[in-house]
Amino acid sequence: MPLVLLLLVFAAVRTVCAADLFPTPEFSNHPIPQSQTPAPRPSWSEYLDLTLLAAALAAASFFAVKGRSRTGLFLLSIVSLAWLGFWRKGCLCPIGAIQNVTQALFDKDYVAGGLVIAVFVLPLVFTLFFGRSFCASVCPLGAVQELVAVRPVQVPTWIDHALGLLAYIYLGAAVLFAATGSAWIICRYDPFVGLFRLTSSASMLALGAGFLGVGLIIGRPYCRWLCPYGAILALLSRVSWWHLRIPPKQCVQCRLCEDACPYGAIVRPTVTPSPIEQRAARRRLIVVLCAAPLLIATGTMLGFGMRTSLARMHPTVQLAEQIRLEETGRVKTRSDATEVFRGKGDSVESLYASADKVVENFAWGGALFGGWVGLVFAFKLVQLSIRRRRTDYEPDQGACVSCGRCLWYCPEEHTRQEFIQIQQREEPLNHA
Amino acid sequence: MSQEESPITRRQMLGDATRYAALGGIGSLSAWLFYKRSGQAAAACPSSSSTCGECSQAAGCRLPQIWQIDPNRCIACDRCQTNCVLDLSAVKAVNCFALCGYCDNCTGYFPTKDYVLDTGAENQLCPTGAIARMYIDKQGGVPYFEYTIDESLCIACGKCVVGCRLMNGSLYLQVRHDRCLNCNECSIAVACPAEAFCRVPADSPRLLSRAAQAAEEALARKRSSHDKSSKGIEMRVGGTS
Repeated sequence: MPLVLLLLVFAAVRTVCAADLFPTPEFSNHPIPQSQTPAPRPSWSEYLDLTLLAAALAAASFFAVKGRSRTGLFLLSIVSLAWLGFWRKGCLCPIGAIQNVTQALFDKDYVAGGLVIAVFVLPLVFTLFFGRSFCASVCPLGAVQELVAVRPVQVPTWIDHALGLLAYIYLGAAVLFAATGSAWIICRYDPFVGLFRLTSSASMLALGAGFLGVGLIIGRPYCRWLCPYGAILALLSRVSWWHLRIPPKQCVQCRLCEDACPYGAIVRPTVTPSPIEQRAARRRLIVVLCAAPLLIATGTMLGFGMRTSLARMHPTVQLAEQIRLEETGRVKTRSDATEVFRGKGDSVESLYASADKVVENFAWGGALFGGWVGLVFAFKLVQLSIRRRRTDYEPDQGACVSCGRCLWYCPEEHTRQEFIQIQQREEPLNHA
Repeated sequence: MSQEESPITRRQMLGDATRYAALGGIGSLSAWLFYKRSGQAAAACPSSSSTCGECSQAAGCRLPQIWQIDPNRCIACDRCQTNCVLDLSAVKAVNCFALCGYCDNCTGYFPTKDYVLDTGAENQLCPTGAIARMYIDKQGGVPYFEYTIDESLCIACGKCVVGCRLMNGSLYLQVRHDRCLNCNECSIAVACPAEAFCRVPADSPRLLSRAAQAAEEALARKRSSHDKSSKGIEMRVGGTS
């Protein structure tokens, strides 16, 4: 006890006479050293990163669209995994850059760095031109899942469609929390970054191991159903100028590629529906179109209703809640955060006011987020109700990650590479 | 109405329109982001809440890019030790020698309770023995010691920082950028109860406490005047003057 008192006196003396409690002595034979500050990564390394990323994207696009080389894509994905994953520790990441860009859009004081902007935009542009070649063999998260997908099974289409909605909801949530300055959930819950760094919290490592374990039999679970950047890329890839094609020239309808895709991204030719079916489909579309505004409205209301619970992700709201518990006497002990707040001398009311302002933001944000979720559901229903006419086996450009696994299944590809020679016959083969 | 051709051409036209719209959208988004970046880079300091501390770099504020701890806000809890994504935290204790008292009875080196003036590991405050104590000189019968931190051993528990704050407060915690991965969302910053983490420009990655800043400036002034008087030429100006 006396010691504590002594220390208190010390502290008091220290605050009174500022710094010079014990002045730094002057030595005749010993200069006072300067404490060293290690420099961060030099700025030229940013340009190197950017050049390498652009080169990798260009190579992946070439292999997917022009070269039609699964080997090239596969080897490139190993290189990307080693470089972006294990060497750069998953820290040059377009997926996470969604949040930088979002915060730059909504927070007037925040600016995204040049590298971050470029890393976000480059894969988008490449996808718009060549399909999801970024997912194919540049993204380390995709690469690690591509490597472990050794015995992929076909997932029922309805599960695939349903779980695919999660990515858009996750995207909405990530944008909501980044826009309100609450949290960057994509980085916080990245399942594979712990693997790249070979260290993480036990729960995140378990999650990563879980994804890899599931990935052995279900191809790319994260890419297909969760990746928020993949969700954006899927939209762009749908309208891309060029895209990986299964047959090099023309589909011969051999059906050999039908089950080749481990990611369920090959769509079959459609049969012409009967007039009765057509009428039913039209009726279904009308019902879905009428239900769409209802879905969006319901989502908006639910999101608005959840504003207080959503706002709990924000640090200010968390602090205000702790302070409120202490003020009302429900919590006796103080945490470090509340101690610091009280040490600053700001009034409790001003904290409550700023917390209320955050909740107000979340009223808008939550409503928009809910509306977005409703829109995602509605869009999916509409998409399922529209029948497209297709005559060939084609990659579903949104879902296809251009991995090139299907290429080998196509006999036309074998012909192109001259593994099989076609002898011209007088009459076509008679299919039984 | 030509029923045969119109669906295909219509779809093609729609597709093209979407493609160009998407390209335009991406283009304008990135243009806006770069515009905002250039505007912010030119703005005078301190304009942004992303920078913190006293923002000693008054001439032309650069983009805040890398994480650093503001020692003025840091309470030296032990969260830096456990919340970094690295096994061994990228945060290390640093000694500002210009502020250090070179004390024999260093409260950052020895515990304040039941202490023995002996450098045996059991007598040290640092749990890993990361602080090296070196005898320098004796002036007026008082011995003086220099305390340097072996960063490979330091675990950023902050015990020495808390101890040193009883005296001069020359020990402080800093993010070391040869180790830091510069995560998008620093997980220590999320856990920090004092909002001491902030982003600083990459070319001035250090944040000092007010006292340390003053001490370094005083030392630099003293050095330059000493150099001037002894040699008649300005040899070097350390730090900011």
